[in-house]
Amino acid sequence: MFKKLSLATALVAMVSSGAYAAGGDGVVEDFDFSFEGPFGTFDENQLQRGLKIYTEICSGCHGLKFVPMRTIADEGGPHLPENQMKAYVDQYFVSDEAANMHLYDAEEDELRALKPTDNFPAVESAGAPDLSLMAKARAGFHGPYGLGTNQLFKGMGGPEYIASLLTGYTGEEKEEAGSVLYENKAFPGGWISMAPPLYGDDTEFDDGHATDLYNLSEDVAAFLMWTAEPKLEQRKATGFTAVLFLSVLTVLLYLTNKRLWAPIKRKDA
Amino acid sequence: MAGIPHDHYDPKTDPEKWLHKRLPIVSLIYDTLMLPTPKNLNWMWIWGIVLTFTLVLQIVTGIILVMHYTPHVDMAFASIEHIMRNVNGGHFIRYLHMNGASLFFVAVYAHIFRGLYYGSYKAPREVTWIIGMLIYLLMMGTAFMGYVLPWGQMSFHGTAVITGLFGAIPFIGGAIETWLLGAGAVGQPALNRFFSLHYLLPFLILGLVIVHIWAFHTTGNNNPTGVEVRRGSKEEAEKDTVPFWPYFVIKDLVALALIMVVFFAIVGFMPNYLGHPDNYVEANSLVTPSHIVPEWYFLPFYAILRAFTADVWVVMFASWITGGIIDAKFFGVLAMFGAIAVMALAPWLDTSSVRSGRYRPMFKWWFALLVVDFFALMWLGAMPAEEPFATFSLIASTYWFAYFLVILPLLGVIEKPLPQPATIEEDFDAHYPPKEPSNDAIASPAE
Repeated sequence: MFKKLSLATALVAMVSSGAYAAGGDGVVEDFDFSFEGPFGTFDENQLQRGLKIYTEICSGCHGLKFVPMRTIADEGGPHLPENQMKAYVDQYFVSDEAANMHLYDAEEDELRALKPTDNFPAVESAGAPDLSLMAKARAGFHGPYGLGTNQLFKGMGGPEYIASLLTGYTGEEKEEAGSVLYENKAFPGGWISMAPPLYGDDTEFDDGHATDLYNLSEDVAAFLMWTAEPKLEQRKATGFTAVLFLSVLTVLLYLTNKRLWAPIKRKDA
Repeated sequence: MAGIPHDHYDPKTDPEKWLHKRLPIVSLIYDTLMLPTPKNLNWMWIWGIVLTFTLVLQIVTGIILVMHYTPHVDMAFASIEHIMRNVNGGHFIRYLHMNGASLFFVAVYAHIFRGLYYGSYKAPREVTWIIGMLIYLLMMGTAFMGYVLPWGQMSFHGTAVITGLFGAIPFIGGAIETWLLGAGAVGQPALNRFFSLHYLLPFLILGLVIVHIWAFHTTGNNNPTGVEVRRGSKEEAEKDTVPFWPYFVIKDLVALALIMVVFFAIVGFMPNYLGHPDNYVEANSLVTPSHIVPEWYFLPFYAILRAFTADVWVVMFASWITGGIIDAKFFGVLAMFGAIAVMALAPWLDTSSVRSGRYRPMFKWWFALLVVDFFALMWLGAMPAEEPFATFSLIASTYWFAYFLVILPLLGVIEKPLPQPATIEEDFDAHYPPKEPSNDAIASPAE
């Protein structure tokens, strides 16, 4: 009886975690990302494309203030060659001076140049949220019955939410209290103040990868998953090693225990 | 240790004797490890080791995290991201610590319900039970304060809600709330003191864990039959028990290793599953999350807190009889703490002379219902405060109190228990029958 109960405890514990994410009634589609599942890894090319989309389009309004710029050269990330990373940092333009006063150089009376060890600049001028952690700050899946168990199979759904949002504009607009709202199928409440940022063919890639709206949205969502969880690959590798060794340890301990107890339980060892 | 007769440490060499005369520490370790333990303990007796391990895990990972964390409202959130991105192995240590809290509560709930089923709280183990309840309370306090430290949206607004509960206390509530927060609202003083206490409380827990272990080493372990170990002589006791080392140490390690497999799979593959996405948004006092919900392990008691609304007749009655001093909010707070208090009082509320639920035919069903009730409350705590959840919460909360205050006292009187085995040995032999004297043994001398 107790074995079943403790199993149930663990299950309910998992199940109820997703339950409080109610309230969002947007439609989030299930995208097929390469980093899903225990063995999923990032697709370097996709992250590089996502970085390009972020740099050319998103960074106009959204910052990445928790992401160190040098990490775009990291393995398990976009993995740009060292010199490309440095060139990227050199050309990076700080659009919002007021939000980046930690870069202020009193002698020169201006912001100093960015270094690889700096984080991406913050951007607050447009009132848009920082995107560093967005993929972990949104959960796309809550079902069934608010139990959240579908997350076991689909993941939390943060990147799915982002991709669904970017592809979810219906084209309808309305004006409310002096600002324009855009109808969006994925956004909770249905109306978002962000104008559609991507239309398709907003940029082009050296490798000739597709630039339709769906692909661009997917690429930038994957990139934002990396900015939110840059150690995803290391974490899974560590977890896998731990699970493997602990499983062997469990078997060895089980056999030891069986043999140890055999005389007490009057069984043949 | 007192209680069950067993062999004691006997220093043999000169250095051992020298040390033993001055500090009998080897003797203490020996007696602790060689404690005679009922040999019929089942797999529900492994949670103590799991809990001890988790406490150490949380302290070790916590101390490392503190080396890189900054308890300042403008820097706390960023310092967590620093740990996640720049500190070597920081991301894994933080996820271990985060999920370690959940492991802690899974284990403690299993441990508590084990005690409730097998009557481990009954005489002479009331002190062990009470200390356990104190540990549980401290764990909840520690977990709550730890959740504040990342300074995310749920940290911030959760703190406001929970400290607001103390504000519901009549007359002095407002003053207590201000005193707890060190200010009129959640801010820098609250973050600083919660950080300080989050570091202190685990060591108080550690101290109480030692007393908890001391207490049950004095009385001896309970066991699935609830029948006491015979203590007439060492020979008699040895028929009911085996020494803790190596038999139960190895057995507990089997269970711990298996639980660690699951734990590391969660940390490695889905570390944010038990967390809340809103806590990856930095705290902002101007934006309130649409749905403030505590961590899963608080949900059953959160459901009880919310169940007693102003339109419930007991609340109206309490309000009327106290001239409005007890309002719905304060009643909810009393109910929440009361739900834990009645559990702590179980040793005196349970009137049955039989310890183990195994021999209590009626109790079994009421107990099973209590477990279902607990999970129902957990689910209800996560649901929005609207119908039909409000009514369900009220029914489930009522059963929680009825179990301890009505059913446990009554069952002892009306229930006819099943026959219990006379000794632990009898129970053990029923599972593992002694072999018939073998013919080979008699035949062998002739060879």
